[in-house]
Amino acid sequence: MPKPEILDPQGQAVAKALPRLGFSGVAEVRQGKRFELEVDDSVDDATLARIAEGLLANPVIEEWTVRRVAE
Amino acid sequence: MTVTHAADTVDTVERAAATPEIEQPYGALGLKDNEYRRVRELLGRRPTDAELAMYAVMWSEHCSYKSSKVHLRYFGETTTEQMRATMLAGIGENAGVLDIGDGWAVTFKAESHNHPSYVEPFQGAATGVGGIVRDILAMGARPLAVMDSLRFGAADAPDTKRVLPGVVAGVGGYGNCLGLPNIGGEVIFDASYAGNPLVNALCVGAMRIEDLHLAHASGAGNKIILFGARTGLDGIGGASVLASDSFSGGTGRKKLPSVQVGDPFAEKVLIECCLELFAAKVVVGISDLGAAGLACATSELASAGDGGMVIDLDRVPLRAKDMNPAEILSSESRERMCAVVTPEHVADFLAICAKWDVTATEIGEVTEGDTLVITWHGQTVVDVPPRTVAHDGPVYERPISRPESQDALQADVPDDLARPTTPAEIRATLLRMLGSANLASRRWVTQQYDRYVRGGTVLAQPADAGMIRIDEQTHRGVALSVDCNSRYVALDPYRGAQLALAEAYRNVAASGAKPVAVTDCLNFGSPEDPGVMWQFQQALHGLADACKVLGIPVVGGNVSFYNQTGGTAILPTPLVGVMGVIDDVRRRVPTGFGTEPGESLLLLGETRPEFGGSEWAHVVHGHLGGLPPKVDLAAEALLADILIAGSRDGMLSAAHDLSDGGLAQAVVEAALIGETGARIVLPAGADPFVWLFAESAGRALVAVPRSEEPRFTEMCTMRGLPWVKIGVVDVESDAVEIQDVADFSLAELRTAWEATLPELFG
Repeated sequence: MPKPEILDPQGQAVAKALPRLGFSGVAEVRQGKRFELEVDDSVDDATLARIAEGLLANPVIEEWTVRRVAE
Repeated sequence: MTVTHAADTVDTVERAAATPEIEQPYGALGLKDNEYRRVRELLGRRPTDAELAMYAVMWSEHCSYKSSKVHLRYFGETTTEQMRATMLAGIGENAGVLDIGDGWAVTFKAESHNHPSYVEPFQGAATGVGGIVRDILAMGARPLAVMDSLRFGAADAPDTKRVLPGVVAGVGGYGNCLGLPNIGGEVIFDASYAGNPLVNALCVGAMRIEDLHLAHASGAGNKIILFGARTGLDGIGGASVLASDSFSGGTGRKKLPSVQVGDPFAEKVLIECCLELFAAKVVVGISDLGAAGLACATSELASAGDGGMVIDLDRVPLRAKDMNPAEILSSESRERMCAVVTPEHVADFLAICAKWDVTATEIGEVTEGDTLVITWHGQTVVDVPPRTVAHDGPVYERPISRPESQDALQADVPDDLARPTTPAEIRATLLRMLGSANLASRRWVTQQYDRYVRGGTVLAQPADAGMIRIDEQTHRGVALSVDCNSRYVALDPYRGAQLALAEAYRNVAASGAKPVAVTDCLNFGSPEDPGVMWQFQQALHGLADACKVLGIPVVGGNVSFYNQTGGTAILPTPLVGVMGVIDDVRRRVPTGFGTEPGESLLLLGETRPEFGGSEWAHVVHGHLGGLPPKVDLAAEALLADILIAGSRDGMLSAAHDLSDGGLAQAVVEAALIGETGARIVLPAGADPFVWLFAESAGRALVAVPRSEEPRFTEMCTMRGLPWVKIGVVDVESDAVEIQDVADFSLAELRTAWEATLPELFG
């Protein structure tokens, strides 16, 4: 996700479009992206964090979380 | 009104007057002890948090020009009345404006966005483009085209692989989304830019002369309207640390971002909205919000007018929650503008903004008084004379001293470097240089930019200058080129800056346009280093003196200091942009050979064995020393006259300026761009190495249709411009042959020229 204080033009565009399409009551929209990685059990959380920080996210303007789910 | 916690502790003017002893974090905001004392003197009390934030950001080097101001005056001193004749606005306005004829005013300016582009290459470069476009827009002009001059660390350095693709994508992304063509620029590599790339963006726009708008806020009762994007926590305090925790009314945010994210579609709408506002004549003045945001716009507008101003910060539409007054005032959120509107036009103004779906809010008005008063939650948080913020900042006469190492640098002449002598060695040298990072084709970069959108582009990269049509009926147009060889500047800043001007001037003339005005973007290291200040002063004087000789004024520009990595400054880089006017763009001169079936190749100007700071010494020997090429401004002016006359009278079918890489590079580029072969015969007894690779200034390669050759050469001879016939263009051939030296197939040359950047960054 873009950091909360960073401008999110895409989210704003969606927020502006909603009332035009008849959806009311949505105060704010923020958008980000999600990566799904299929990993071996041997890949630990620290490695996943390094992957997220080093490749998948741009830590200058984005924040990230890693969520591990069982198959 | 709900009284929030923050309002309870807000630092009002009243509170500031009552609590002089409170310690303020001026140091962390970038103010020196003496500067903070000066603020207290000016106000007769300590500043409030909001005032302190305003002074800190407006008195920063970036906004106040405190180290360069005493030197920049030299531009004014060297500008003659004659040079001012076509100047409608100059230094001090958002951008310089020129009367180019047919009732058209053209405005152009370059600005740096260096540091943000290192931190976040894509957004840094993108918002740099957006900022310069709004400067042009604020003058009332429609932005027509952009150019960008980019400098990176060594091409094969790992960090360049991070920075360059991001910057290029950012420049392209923002400009392409705005629908503005990118008509040229530079991409240059040098290890000195490794931790401090340069992103200098230029924008050019045009308007009818009567539509020129200068930003000021005269007339008590006039309304101040903020319009465009909402105000968020973007780029607060720029590179400095504006830790809101250190303010008494702090919200506990740990670290504020310095990265601004641009929204080009919002800016596109803002452009159309502003142009409609200007056309409807509902604005007194418009100012863009860039560095220092509202702090800058309100204090500058107020001090440019004849009254005071009141602003109510509660009315500023915010994007983030719980922003305090200091944050609102110094936010650098992009895509915002500020207008002064007479009361009877407010409704029309708001209606136009509503039509474009642009948020517009009346946030204050011009008053009879002479102070800028800003309120928040019903309390006064700023009460200052606006001039003290915008114009009466500190001015420094920084120590200047010529570095001791300069003599050794200049004594280290390149004469003893091993030169290629045999044909085989020259052949290998030419191919190696052609594929070197600084001389290789920029196609990989420029193909990411939209060069022809809007349909007004006449010439774009890889032409010598970018050219756009301004008037659809008369075909009047302007040409622009930005140049600087920073190695020359390092060797001799005075001469190096003149060479930068001469090259841009020559490029514009080579396209057939008459150079009329200059903008600059002066990128240097720390002004606190006397050696850097010497470079700055020398370069500035060199540029101003040369402009006076050539009779073209500097109409605007930008100074960027503190470009350094650790204690090491970048090579001094006074980027020079020259604009020229062409009466009829259909008479432009292309760069590539082969537009006519039989062309003779002439080399204009004098070739000397000059290799100091040359591309050859750099590429082959990694050498930087000696003196840069000689500058002869009278010869430059004569060459330009001849090129322009040749274009006007249809005597030239191609022209290419000689600069980095010398004649060899110029011939190969013109052949590859024109996809046409050529046969080169160097003068009898000439040293092929010197003729092919020397970088003497004041030269151009021209292709002349055979029928025009006598007339053209006679003109050169009569006017005393040295010329020599060095070969012919051969449309049947697909090779460049240099007689008695080497032959190259065009395919071989193209591979060498075009493969480099894709291999590095593709």
